[in-house]
Amino acid sequence: MPSTSLESLHADVAAARELAAKIPRPVTLMEVCGTHTVAICKSGLRDLLPKEIRLISGPGCPVCVSTQGYIDACMELAASGKVTLATYGDMLRVPGTKLSLAEARARGADVRVVYSALDALTLARAHRDSAVVFVAVGFETTAPATALAVKSADAEGLRNFHVLVSHKRIIPAMAALVAAPDLSIDGFICPGHVSVIIGPESYHAIAKAGRPCVIAGFEGADVARAVRMILEQITAGRSDVENEYSRAVKPGGNPKALKLFNDVFEVADEDWRGLGVIPASGFALKGKYRTFDALTAYGVTIRPAPEPKGCLCGQVVRGAVDPEDCALFGTGCTPAHPIGPCMVSREGSCAAHYKYARRAAG
Amino acid sequence: MCLAVPGKIESIDGDTGVVNIEGNRVHAMISLVPEARVGDWVLVHAGLAVTVMSEADAAETLNLMREKYAVDEP
Amino acid sequence: MNDADKILLAHGGGGELTAKLVSEVIFAGLGDAALGSLDDAAVLDICGPQAVKTSRSEAGRGAAAAPRLAFTTDSFVVKPLFFPGGDVGRLAVCGTVNDLSMRGARPLFLSLAFIIEEGLEIGVLRRVVASAAAAAREAGVKVATGDTKVVERGAADGLFINTAGVGSVPEGVEISLSGARPGDEILVSGPVGNHAIAVLAQREGLAFETTVESDVRPLNRQVEMLIASVGVGVHVLNDPTRGGLAACLNTIAASGGVGIEVDEASIPVDSSVAFASEMLGLDVLELANEGKFVAVVARGSAKKALDALQNQGQTPISRPAIIGHVTNGRGVTLVTASGGRRILEMPYGEDAPRIC
Repeated sequence: MPSTSLESLHADVAAARELAAKIPRPVTLMEVCGTHTVAICKSGLRDLLPKEIRLISGPGCPVCVSTQGYIDACMELAASGKVTLATYGDMLRVPGTKLSLAEARARGADVRVVYSALDALTLARAHRDSAVVFVAVGFETTAPATALAVKSADAEGLRNFHVLVSHKRIIPAMAALVAAPDLSIDGFICPGHVSVIIGPESYHAIAKAGRPCVIAGFEGADVARAVRMILEQITAGRSDVENEYSRAVKPGGNPKALKLFNDVFEVADEDWRGLGVIPASGFALKGKYRTFDALTAYGVTIRPAPEPKGCLCGQVVRGAVDPEDCALFGTGCTPAHPIGPCMVSREGSCAAHYKYARRAAG
Repeated sequence: MCLAVPGKIESIDGDTGVVNIEGNRVHAMISLVPEARVGDWVLVHAGLAVTVMSEADAAETLNLMREKYAVDEP
Repeated sequence: MNDADKILLAHGGGGELTAKLVSEVIFAGLGDAALGSLDDAAVLDICGPQAVKTSRSEAGRGAAAAPRLAFTTDSFVVKPLFFPGGDVGRLAVCGTVNDLSMRGARPLFLSLAFIIEEGLEIGVLRRVVASAAAAAREAGVKVATGDTKVVERGAADGLFINTAGVGSVPEGVEISLSGARPGDEILVSGPVGNHAIAVLAQREGLAFETTVESDVRPLNRQVEMLIASVGVGVHVLNDPTRGGLAACLNTIAASGGVGIEVDEASIPVDSSVAFASEMLGLDVLELANEGKFVAVVARGSAKKALDALQNQGQTPISRPAIIGHVTNGRGVTLVTASGGRRILEMPYGEDAPRIC
């Protein structure tokens, strides 16, 4: 792939504009990675692209696609007083049915922010008298770290470390969105770092279903290039998988990571906020690693829980509703007073729009 | 959540390496990149090296990231 | 906010929640017992009738040049106590001196009150005091009074320091948060984000060592040189501590009832800081600084201001830059490196607790 730079971003935007003019209807491109959601907003790229090219967000924010029941289970563990709950910072303020983890912490629960599963493991090793539970959300980029942490804990005979696994696989979700009768997605900007792990080949079925897939890096220039590449495919009547992020994504992905998944996890059905249960869309601990499952160890069940009244996060993560079309956006639901996870998570569609795109004309 | 930055491996000790990312030394697990050697460039995500990169590819990523602000010479 | 609500860590973040707490609970509770200014330091006329001289119209009027007093207070709860480039003692002195400087005052005297947790080693306290003394000498201020309390183990985290500071405001100097006017130009005195990264890197669970050091230093001499050069053209000074440049610019815009536009590509950031922030998933514009300030100067004075800052002896932390200007609009807009526009919002406040 040719190298990208800020100068080429403008060339790609101009090319995209010309290509879009040849397409008789507006084009909707979906990214499915929270880091892309933020990168696109932060770069100001939407500002530069014509209105006929719609960039929308899909179910790419791990916190946002966690169900209310899962959030409540985290809360139950935190409030039990039996564990140190180690979590990514983004989970802290998501409102559970009763409390958020931040509120639970203010009431005395031991909740710590960590940057990775390996940090949580370090915590468990350093504090043998504490029972650490790691809230393991994320897609295929973060799942290997959880798998490694569990494997290490097993090898060391660590008894005070458990994980609340909710890792999700992105391809089944993309397939579900392609099949959804109420959505019309013309192409996918595919997640760069998930693709480092799963490889470009993983998207073939989606491309075969008529949706061009271009894997993109995370700078504005990368996304602009990917947008151009998708439009080139559409105007040429093609639907293939292409790789804009070839400096990091290689054919075959990371075989060691894929083998690690096989060792530690089995593919399982997974419940997604807004998308419901999607077969084979998640990972569950398997075999001897089941002893590290926090739900079993602590006797906690994930019970279905209703979403907050008026909250449209479920529709936002499907790309069916734009954040600013939700009646609560900016009024009842703001980053300071969030109703749903899309407004809480740094990578949530609503938070990103509120923080970077709302009334951006200045 | 998918943030990853390229850095250069300075040393390896079994399963972990010290990766230098523009003056920040990160302890990263290298189990997923068994082919990596001292001096190689790797992409690091939350304490885990996920792929080896060529020096040219790493430099391209770093340059793109630098273009956001008025960043000094490293 | 209801009585039964609990204080969250984010209430101390220097962002939106802090502003809400101060406004709805503290100011609302103080009522007319408080002067009602949001500046980091108050400028007071202690000789005449009780009046706060914040309006520009007062400047230069009348021969009675009774010196005005600048008065500030601060508390320091940084964790850990020692970090690359500084410690809580240096931070306490510099933070207080800088609050006074941001009103254009000449810092004169500080109070230093220690709240010490039972079990702290005497040696630690000695190091902190020595550091505070060195910072005071560097800034040319004297510690005039103090206090010491000890609380039982667990009731404080090692050591907290509270300070107050007084300085004198030269005649004709009218610098306040609300002074920005459309057309004014905006500078930052150097690269941002260093202090927060230096502190965060020390926290438990972050397995990275960094060459980044805190930028904590007294700013009074830099500010004096700036005012000597640009004079009444200096409209606003503010140091981007908690909440970083984003909080600072939003506060200036809101106080002045103006808009601000900044150019992302001109904001100075050290390479190691840029990448550390990227690794940690933090926005470098929301990270605290303890040795930088933002200056809003009259249209046409930015170049002169830049020269004044650049020529006072380049140190490695000094890379002042013109980053934007004041507009007629509202809020803070960022023109991105690629030429798009986006909002630079007031941060919520959760990212980096106990940063200063």
